[in-house]
Amino acid sequence: MAGTLIDVPKTAKRGEIIRLRALVAHPMETGYRREITGAVIPRLIIHTFTCDYDGEEIFRAELFPAMAANPMIAFTTIATKSGPVTFRWIDDAGAIITEKVMLNVTE
Amino acid sequence: MIRLLLAFFALLFAGFLALAEGIAPEKRQSGFDMMSAETQSLQKDDLANPAMLWVKEGERLWNSAPENGERACAACHGDARSTMNGVAARYPAVDRPSGHLLDLDGRILQCRSEHQKAAPWARESRPLLALSAFIGLQSRGEMIAIDEKETKARAAIKRGRDLFSRRFGQLDLACVHCHDDNWGRKLGSATIPQGHPTAYPIYRLEWQGLGSLQRRMRNCMTGVRAEPFPYGAQEWIDLEAFLKARAAGMVIETPGIRP
Repeated sequence: MAGTLIDVPKTAKRGEIIRLRALVAHPMETGYRREITGAVIPRLIIHTFTCDYDGEEIFRAELFPAMAANPMIAFTTIATKSGPVTFRWIDDAGAIITEKVMLNVTE
Repeated sequence: MIRLLLAFFALLFAGFLALAEGIAPEKRQSGFDMMSAETQSLQKDDLANPAMLWVKEGERLWNSAPENGERACAACHGDARSTMNGVAARYPAVDRPSGHLLDLDGRILQCRSEHQKAAPWARESRPLLALSAFIGLQSRGEMIAIDEKETKARAAIKRGRDLFSRRFGQLDLACVHCHDDNWGRKLGSATIPQGHPTAYPIYRLEWQGLGSLQRRMRNCMTGVRAEPFPYGAQEWIDLEAFLKARAAGMVIETPGIRP
């Protein structure tokens, strides 16, 4: 179930500090757990998260096995101009989840 | 005379015990009220509540045809925001054609097999939890009101009440021992809640995922080292019916967060 919850304001004033929050559905399997048979459940976590704002990377995070499932990442940026905000999650299996929202910046 | 007096005191004592049972309506509180402010804030914000991932998936399922191309839920029931409003608050309810008392998940499964002729979903499977969360959300803010005039519901509530005070497992504990007599106290590091089914399906931080009331109750049963009833068992429907009657008038918070 690939799913995301994105919280980005639709509009912002130029120069305003805005909060961006991105929640993604992911098991974040640590690689430390075992099946009932004793077999190790292989690690499957999102290891990289990035956010581009109008084509420029504004945020990057490296994730580790101690993160909870369905992680939410929140950060702030300064609204400079109208453009797309793209969130990208990459996991151990190579799966890439992307989500794009538009941010309109007013004078 | 002495015998009479003794009998009187015995009766008085029995009456006192009976009064000590249960939680007075004004003392009832949701598990939400016992959580930390941080956990509460997760539930209060739909863009921070991970259970909303399931709700989103449930909305998609509601509006799309099952794999066999039959009608989608929305094709019969229309816009869930109006047609499903208050539904979760009155389940378990009697299904007219079959006469069975069904819980909400049971109702979804029955609709899927009878009207959509689609392959059944397992209890606790992702799509079932997703639809259940989506339908449950439409009753957020509604008061729990199981129809006690219904003979089948009344019988289930009675059986559920008996189960609630029956001792189970190696620890030989009944539900009442924790949830009526010792709520608010600690079991290990966890606060014992009163056990009101106001927010199901819940996103439990311990589970790192969404789960049903039956999963939660099975969890309690293994906790007292009893063998839990299987998913979908009549005992669970009875217990849910009793818990809903016990929580009558409390407000639905689905989808909830619990520690």
